[in-house]
Amino acid sequence: MKKRIFVTLKPGVLDPQGRAVHHALDGMGFDGVNDVRIGRLIELDVADTVTDEALGEMCEKLLANTVIENYRIEGAE
Amino acid sequence: MNTAVITFPGSNCDRDMLVAIRDVFGSEPHQVWHRETVLPEKLDFIALPGGFSYGDYLRAGAMAANSPIMREILREAERGVPVLGVCNGFQVLAEARLLPGALMRNANQRFVCRDAALRVENADTRFTAGFSKGETITIPVAHHDGNYFADEATLDRLEGDGRVVFRYLHATNGSRRDIAGIVNDGGNVLGMMPHPERAIDAAHGGTDGRRLFASVMESLAATA
Repeated sequence: MKKRIFVTLKPGVLDPQGRAVHHALDGMGFDGVNDVRIGRLIELDVADTVTDEALGEMCEKLLANTVIENYRIEGAE
Repeated sequence: MNTAVITFPGSNCDRDMLVAIRDVFGSEPHQVWHRETVLPEKLDFIALPGGFSYGDYLRAGAMAANSPIMREILREAERGVPVLGVCNGFQVLAEARLLPGALMRNANQRFVCRDAALRVENADTRFTAGFSKGETITIPVAHHDGNYFADEATLDRLEGDGRVVFRYLHATNGSRRDIAGIVNDGGNVLGMMPHPERAIDAAHGGTDGRRLFASVMESLAATA
């Protein structure tokens, strides 16, 4: 079973990468971009027996650093 | 003195750390591979060196923080054994939640590699007793992810409790409140981005780093 986990920077945490990309988009002439925030998509292929709870634990312990990041497990209840 | 340097896959300052400790302490440190599940007995001092453990994949220090040896290091830290994490070592300690906050990509996205002037904010720790409060020292920095982040409440608490040990004199990487090094609330775990092991010998261009290791040794001798 494929699971997708989205890891994003918490609001208020400065994103230097996003800022640089925003700058580049401006420079390329794309108008109207208000903000860019870069996150990470992690695709896991897991056995059907792996619960959302277990996925949450994976996020808490390794996949995300909850000091600076939020995570969302796609399709989780 | 019984000391240990931990090596993770991708550590690259472990030998420098080893030489620094050997030089200052006058005895050979244990070299411990991260897959070990036990530490040598009766350690007086543990150092986590700089480098790029696991290639900085996912987040700097994230995978190393879950290495088997870390369980032991957490236990020793709880017992009060002094633990020093330098650069990647600091990132590992933060990821392992032995220290609060996180180390993010430098604000200007650039790797920074130069001598950094630091102000000693707390000279009452076992790592800094050989310095004076407010003194300016010079220790090299070399990192891409040294941008210290913690929320405002945590930063206030760290400052209020004297846990900010070193501060950059000049903006270096975007760190909140120019924080270069912090200790845990027990005062026995220090994480810092600058490399004291690279300022041990006059030939390095400075010996301020040596004073940090000497402080640890003297604090151990005093409590022995």
